[in-house]
Amino acid sequence: MQRNPQLNANGELQHLLSIEGLPREVLLQILDTAESFAGVTEREVKKVPLLRGKSVFNLFFEPSTRTRTTFEIAAKRLSADVINLNIAVSSATKGESLLDTVANLSAMQADVFVVRHASSGAPFLIARHVKPHEHVVNAGDGRHAHPTQGLLDLFTIRHYKKDFTRLTVAIVGDILHSRVARSLIHGLTTLGAPEVRVIGPQTLLPTGVEALGVRVFHDMAEGLRGVDVVVMLRLQNERMRGALLPSAQEFFKHYGLTEEKLAAAAKDAIVMHPGPMNRGVEIDSAVADGPHSVILPQVTFGIAVRMAVMSIVAGN
Amino acid sequence: MRIHIKNGRVVDPASGRDGVADLFVSDGKIAEEFSRADRVIDAKGLVVSPGFIDLAARLREPGYEYKATLDSEMAAAAAGGVTSLACPPDTDPPLDEPGLVDMLRRRAKALAKARVHPLGALTVKLKGEALTEMGQLTDAGCVAFSQANAFIADTQVLWRAMQYAATFGYAVWLRAEDAWLARDGVAHDGEMATRLGLPGIPSFAETIALGTLLELARATGARLHVCRLSTAGAVELIRRAKAEKLPVTCDVGIHHLHLCDVDLGYFDSHCRLDPPLRSQRDRDALARGAAEGVIDCLVSDHTPVDEDRKHLPFGEAEAGATGLELLLPLALKWGEAQKLPLAATLARITSHPGAILGVRAGRIALGEAADLALFDPRAPLRVSPETLKSQGKNTPFLGYELSGKVRYTLVDGNVVYEA
Amino acid sequence: MKLPDAEKLCEELARELEPRIGPKSAMIGLYTGGAWLAERLHPMLGVHAPLGLMDIAFYRDDYHARGLQHDPKRTKIPFDVNGRDLLLVDDVLYTGRTVRAAMNELFDYGRPQSISLVVLADRGGRQLPICAQHCGARLEVPAGMRLSLKRDPAGRLALVLEPERAA
Repeated sequence: MQRNPQLNANGELQHLLSIEGLPREVLLQILDTAESFAGVTEREVKKVPLLRGKSVFNLFFEPSTRTRTTFEIAAKRLSADVINLNIAVSSATKGESLLDTVANLSAMQADVFVVRHASSGAPFLIARHVKPHEHVVNAGDGRHAHPTQGLLDLFTIRHYKKDFTRLTVAIVGDILHSRVARSLIHGLTTLGAPEVRVIGPQTLLPTGVEALGVRVFHDMAEGLRGVDVVVMLRLQNERMRGALLPSAQEFFKHYGLTEEKLAAAAKDAIVMHPGPMNRGVEIDSAVADGPHSVILPQVTFGIAVRMAVMSIVAGN
Repeated sequence: MRIHIKNGRVVDPASGRDGVADLFVSDGKIAEEFSRADRVIDAKGLVVSPGFIDLAARLREPGYEYKATLDSEMAAAAAGGVTSLACPPDTDPPLDEPGLVDMLRRRAKALAKARVHPLGALTVKLKGEALTEMGQLTDAGCVAFSQANAFIADTQVLWRAMQYAATFGYAVWLRAEDAWLARDGVAHDGEMATRLGLPGIPSFAETIALGTLLELARATGARLHVCRLSTAGAVELIRRAKAEKLPVTCDVGIHHLHLCDVDLGYFDSHCRLDPPLRSQRDRDALARGAAEGVIDCLVSDHTPVDEDRKHLPFGEAEAGATGLELLLPLALKWGEAQKLPLAATLARITSHPGAILGVRAGRIALGEAADLALFDPRAPLRVSPETLKSQGKNTPFLGYELSGKVRYTLVDGNVVYEA
Repeated sequence: MKLPDAEKLCEELARELEPRIGPKSAMIGLYTGGAWLAERLHPMLGVHAPLGLMDIAFYRDDYHARGLQHDPKRTKIPFDVNGRDLLLVDDVLYTGRTVRAAMNELFDYGRPQSISLVVLADRGGRQLPICAQHCGARLEVPAGMRLSLKRDPAGRLALVLEPERAA
């Protein structure tokens, strides 16, 4: 097998493509660095001069206002110049190939490419073809990975729960299509969480998901019993009716997180959601806005985590 | 031209012959010993085998000349020791009209390298809706009828197509893959696809479709050749079908004997193949099945793809790998791992596919056409874009060092390749 | 080379600084050695404002060459720096680059009235126009050697001299 394409010859993080395969030390380095950046985001001047003179290209081949915005804020707080390219409506439709697009941008002196793409593995392809001083950060590729989301989830869990080695974490809903779930699972198992559960109907669980190191549950009451962390996944609209699920209502009946279902979890359990939420589909408003919810802090932490990732890769 | 091939180890799987001997070629045929040769080839240390027969090699003409041309691919065949090949009908336009088939055969013949046996399209435009003019296509030179990798989703059409082919004794060569289960899939539905977040094609997409094909073969009496087995389950179904004397044959692609889904690594688009690389267990079952004779022959499934279509995210990349020049080394590697005698290994790429093709090829006997491959089984072969004659440089084996190098290829007694 | 006793230098510095402490005074220690020193000086001087600690990792001028420092600590300044007379504490003054970075970071928190630099030792070798207002000792340290402060498990401070690690 080839060398992990995310790491340079010294084992340092050159690109962030996936949490899978990253050593524990690298994950902790990112989380610790994010901790320091969290201090910066609380100041009056929320900017540090680290990436002054560097250019961060947000390459979004798939539309996403939210993730793009947090990357943009993070890059600006590092004093980088940020260029947003919504490729979904520009060159890709004109038939320019992915690698041509990247080569063109590279000619404009890019330092960091933040890439969102609908095809699993696209950022790996780009990382194989960029120049040595250029860095690729995966902002979500197909169903494969969303490492910065996974890291901000880990950051949030550590913030509230301190130690991973006693935690039971449940991830609920559409695991099949979820890059967020895959990234978080790898992160949790790497950092020593003893039990990670996935809960959902067979139609939304990928084949052989147990091999990722998780326990599979189909029943919420059973799956949530005693858990410390509940991560609800977003159910995409187009999946709510058809061969995967009969309806949003039926999904909510079985897997929607209500106060009643949450009662099975530990008393001090936290509830997370990568957003944007479908209230009344995967989560009830009473829970989303309730005392267990840490959904808004997740968003805040996301900026510090992305600052950490960009400043670490751009320096290596 | 009278050629004297000296001191080679002559291996003829069809007759079981295996020993050092001299071979004489005259008028394009294997001849009795003679004394005055125009050319003497010293084959000391080389194996003299019937030229290889590849039941699946895409030459990309007509329509895909930017991926490969008849010129480049016939040169690749010669370099690979392949002297007869069947080409699937998935050209552009597909081989569904006698004129196209005729032109292809004539163009190939003019190049005077491997013998090209076109497979006609079973349905018009390979759409799985209307039958082609199989009679006229046969007259034009089609040896069998196929859908290449395209589906016949409508089982009624499949049934009718097999009935019609059976009526006239045409063989049908079909992939076993359920169109609906394989829809959107780009990798074997298993642990690796789950890790990589790639939409999967379950193993039962193959076994379910194979069950259908075998039932229809039973019902219609069609002569069925199943192309590119990829699962352990399919090997078992074929084993049972053969046990009940159903006249079915099958092949496996050389890549599937050596690679599995784990080789996708970090989204290596060279491993994007159709059918997908499956689990290690499937790979082992295929390798054993081929050794036991459940699988009749090995094919290169040669599919040259241009770089632009491979330099894409895994799921968007075009499926296929170049293979004509790797057929021998990968067959040898498989035979060695299965501890097969050389003749048995070579049977899978000579006499067995020859029999399925239904042509007089694949053996060394007096009076037969002198289609020969002379190769050094131990010579190292480094796979690189520079060493491949094929215009397609797309192979998961790039950078590998394999052994088995063809030194001479003869077709009709003419040396078409030497190195 | 004989190094002065860090504990003694610390006491001398405290005596020197004591008369300068006023109601607007505040102290900030630079990680890691400066923070140890500041943690010692702060209670000795009775500075009213709580102690600030600063890691200049995000302001270093060698980021482009060396990348981000591996484990940056979180800067904590638990008081408003506007209008303060700040005592900036570090262990060893050398090129002056750390102090430059620290001042840049400080100004992202506000506008202090004044900043004075307090160091345990000045080893010369300045590359920037920076000097310490309060200095425990001046030492001649040969190039290629690194002078730094260490803290043992009992909390005792000591200056040590060791060959610089290859960067």
